[in-house]
Amino acid sequence: MAQDVEPRLRLPKTATRDEVIEIRTLITHPMESGLRRDENGQPIPRAIIDRLSVTFNGIPVIDLAIEPAISANPYFAFQARIPESGEFVFAWHGDDGAIHEARRRIEVV
Amino acid sequence: MIDRRDMLAAGLTGAALAAMPLRLRAQAVAATAESADGIIAEFTGGAALTGAGLVLDLPETAENGNGVALRVDAPGATEILVLAPENPWPRVFRASFGPLSGAQSVATRIRLARSQEVIALARLADGRVARASAPVSVIIGGCGA
Repeated sequence: MAQDVEPRLRLPKTATRDEVIEIRTLITHPMESGLRRDENGQPIPRAIIDRLSVTFNGIPVIDLAIEPAISANPYFAFQARIPESGEFVFAWHGDDGAIHEARRRIEVV
Repeated sequence: MIDRRDMLAAGLTGAALAAMPLRLRAQAVAATAESADGIIAEFTGGAALTGAGLVLDLPETAENGNGVALRVDAPGATEILVLAPENPWPRVFRASFGPLSGAQSVATRIRLARSQEVIALARLADGRVARASAPVSVIIGGCGA
């Protein structure tokens, strides 16, 4: 289940100073709500991504508290302002304590 | 798949199918879940309300409640909260915007267990709370939302 968790990101590699860019994120994850049962009638335990935090050079961009009502393979798109060259850190937090992290550099040109 | 049909049937016919296990389970969940009104009261915290400054985009009809495209946009907001009051748990997500947020908007895909009015709240830069809602007709409910 959780072994297939894989972040995917779409954002530009360069930006002009103070440009607002769009970032699209997705992580492959079943977002198991805990309400479903398997074929034997046994409850399938809840297992979700419950938080996505995004920083750029350590400064917060967005922090999302995520509930089971977010679809499987959670997709989020949002905007960030780029004041200088630097690095994004994306951290998806599982309710099992796992953190899936991805980093992307962006250069101001 | 059986679960999903159960969920759909439970959503459509309510008490007539009260004997179904999933329906019972849904009721048990509802009994312990926070109410949408309570969550809204907590978020607004007595702040002045406004209808302006927040746009909530959802389709009028969703064929499949497992993945309904949603977009919220609240220029200058510090926080946005989205609720689906007819889901087993009303909370959908809460976004907190940091100093490098470029625009206070979020697009995602959500689960809707049945047809309902989705609610968004945004804490605006001036401290007021904006509220918007959008009715969505769901053809096949998203189970386990």
